[in-house]
Amino acid sequence: MRSGDATGSIKRRLVVQLGLVTALLSIAFFLAVRVVAEKAATDTQDNILAASATSIVEAVYSDSGEVRLELPYSAITMLSTVSEDRVFYRVLVDGETITGYDDLPLPEGRATGIGPVFDTYPFRGEALRTVQVARTLSVQDQPRQVNVVVGQTRLGLGAISSRITTNAVAIGTAFFLVATALSFLAAQNAIAPLDRLAQVVARRGPNDLRPVTAAAPVELVPLVGGLNSFMERLRQALTRSEDLITEAAHRVRTPLATVRTQAEVIHRQTDHPASKKALREMIRAVDESSRSAGQLLDHAMVTFRSDQLETQEINAADLLRDVVDRLQPTAELKDIHLALELDDDPVTVRGDIILLQNAVRNLVDNAIKYSPADTDILIKLSGEGACQMAFIDQGRGFGEADLTQLTSRFSRGKNVDDVVGSGLGLTIADDVARAHGGALDICSNQEGPGACVTLVLPLS
Amino acid sequence: MRHIGFAALLILLAQTAGALELEESRRYEVADPQSELRVLSTADVEVFEPIILAFQQENPATTVQYDVASSSEVMRGLYEEGAAYDIALSSAMDLQIKLANDGLALSYSSAATESLPGWATWHDQVFAFTQEPTVLVISKAALEGVPVPRSRSALIELLRTRPDIFDSRIGTYDVRTSGAGYLFATQDSRNTENFWQLTEVMGRLNARLYCCSGQMIRDVGDGRLAIAYNVLGSYAQSRLADTPGIEIVEMDDYVSVMLRSALIPVTARSADESGRMIDFLATLSARPDLVAQTGLPAVVPLRPNEAPERRPIRLGPGLLVFLDKMRRETFLRSWVSSMEQR
Ligand SMILES: Nc1ncnc2c1ncn2[C@@H]1O[C@H](COP(=O)(O)OP(=O)(O)O)[C@@H](O)[C@H]1O
Repeated sequence: MRSGDATGSIKRRLVVQLGLVTALLSIAFFLAVRVVAEKAATDTQDNILAASATSIVEAVYSDSGEVRLELPYSAITMLSTVSEDRVFYRVLVDGETITGYDDLPLPEGRATGIGPVFDTYPFRGEALRTVQVARTLSVQDQPRQVNVVVGQTRLGLGAISSRITTNAVAIGTAFFLVATALSFLAAQNAIAPLDRLAQVVARRGPNDLRPVTAAAPVELVPLVGGLNSFMERLRQALTRSEDLITEAAHRVRTPLATVRTQAEVIHRQTDHPASKKALREMIRAVDESSRSAGQLLDHAMVTFRSDQLETQEINAADLLRDVVDRLQPTAELKDIHLALELDDDPVTVRGDIILLQNAVRNLVDNAIKYSPADTDILIKLSGEGACQMAFIDQGRGFGEADLTQLTSRFSRGKNVDDVVGSGLGLTIADDVARAHGGALDICSNQEGPGACVTLVLPLS
Repeated sequence: MRHIGFAALLILLAQTAGALELEESRRYEVADPQSELRVLSTADVEVFEPIILAFQQENPATTVQYDVASSSEVMRGLYEEGAAYDIALSSAMDLQIKLANDGLALSYSSAATESLPGWATWHDQVFAFTQEPTVLVISKAALEGVPVPRSRSALIELLRTRPDIFDSRIGTYDVRTSGAGYLFATQDSRNTENFWQLTEVMGRLNARLYCCSGQMIRDVGDGRLAIAYNVLGSYAQSRLADTPGIEIVEMDDYVSVMLRSALIPVTARSADESGRMIDFLATLSARPDLVAQTGLPAVVPLRPNEAPERRPIRLGPGLLVFLDKMRRETFLRSWVSSMEQR
């Protein structure tokens, strides 16, 4: 069977698409984690900065008209509990620095006294996150504006952020790998019914045209339906042509039988040697035609029955004996002796008796046909490993014929000369052998001239 | 100890803008010099010399220039003058932290610095290499027959009940002029509720104020002082041999442990060159011989539950709090009023 050109693979496409999706998701996940985590870390730092600045601004008091501050220890240490970041602060009253780093810039924006103002700017060689909080203090009935700026470098934040990044990368990568593996499995799984269907169809014998009944997912139902209706049409076409052949053979054989009977009657009644000879020729021709028609019929029958074998246990020796008995008269006409050589042990096969008889008959018939008068035909049965029935004659042999071609329909060897035939005998035998899971072996007689055709069938 | 306070430093700044005021300076030449290490330190040459010599044994091609200045001079030199040094060693933890915090130190990291306990480094810039507890030094003669105070409340009780022994015979740092004294006092004020009470009692008994540990220990040895409070243990220990009349008492309730630290100034030629000295100091605990010779106890990891009352002063921006101009003014004002109320 030849398969069409493959254009891509569904599985690969599924895997690639799912892989792309998971890659996108992984990246999105990574970015989301980073953004969220960094926001959280920044917020945490801002909160601590604000708490620090607030505790400083709350510690500002007035003492006999002077604004003073006792810098709370915790305001600074709370900033340095987790990280080893540098800390800067500045306290202003009405714009005048009263303590701290007086070169520390104020964060951009105005503190309204309600909320802290945050800013990030470079200071003394490093990025500084700063906050400013404000408070109004009444000093001798005069409102004084107190501003506190607290700043901290962002190394701790950087460390947290790089840790989060590392984790996010690790989780993203793991997610991607797992998802890709899963999508591979999913693709495999999705493809499985298709594979199963393909196997069911591929496993079928060459003539098996029964509808496919394997369970298929909804998506494959149209395909299966199409396949089944196609096979049904094919089967009908085949049946029709077989019917036609059967009918045709039948129609040819019946009148031929009448012609033969009449010719024989006339042959007996006439004494005229020339007429007698002509009549004999005629009878022989009728016989051949009838045989050909029979073979056509047989072939059609074999093709048909191969689909549904009616198998039973068969004793090979009985089968051979039966066929030999039936063909004995034909052989005797040519003074040919049919010798049967059987195995000591009974050899049994499982098969369709009618088909096997047909095959054997065709093979014995061939042997008789291609053997000269007064020779022996050896029919040998052996049960070694398989049931082997060899038909060995001392005739002309296959000569130069292409042995592989002889089993095709209507093909005849170059060695036929005057021997009439249809080219169907070996075809039938071969078809039967195959239908039974066996084979037909064609070779020359190993001992002397002649042919050796062996029908090999599996033992039951 | 050469601590002068931060305020003093500011005054100094106003007066002496200019060259660094060195107290001692010694050059340790080598036969075939490849490099030179310029050290600015607060520790006396005689104390530190064994460490330099041992360092040169490991680095035989390094000439060492060892300059000694007070902690405030070290600060001024590095902060204001941009004095060119490869390493700065100081007992003024607060000033070292300020230098690093304000961006005047270089970062350095190595296996040796990583192996230091977390509390002994800050920001990969300040590396502690000794831990020196503060102790009470008492005159055995003066305290004959009197129970030795083991805690601050016991000390207060003793001072209160025996003014006959202690009047004018208590020594402690003048926190206005001594950087170390200020550091210890401020740490005390955070760590023990008895600090202000103790200061008041000492003030009432006309305590004598000192600039440095050395003088205090000498005066206890002479019998001029009955006790000296908050003396650096390492100094007392090294004087023990030639000052027979003294006894060192470590308090049970709480002991401030000062960390002597090293940093690499931004003026250093290269952080890696200086790093060799940092590494040497960071692994001082592996050289018990040097610890014995210098009397500088090396940094060793604290074991949990071992001497919980010995608390290393925490390296970190917390130390900046008491350097705050206003906080310092307020603290000094309270201290002076406690000390001088008569
Ligand atoms: N026993 C045999 N001896 C010699 N040739 C044979 C023999 N059997 C078959 N052949 C060759 O194989 C060809 C095909 O045989 P077969 O299919 O039976 O057709 P046919 O009707 O021509 O005998 C024959 O034409 C003949 O050339």
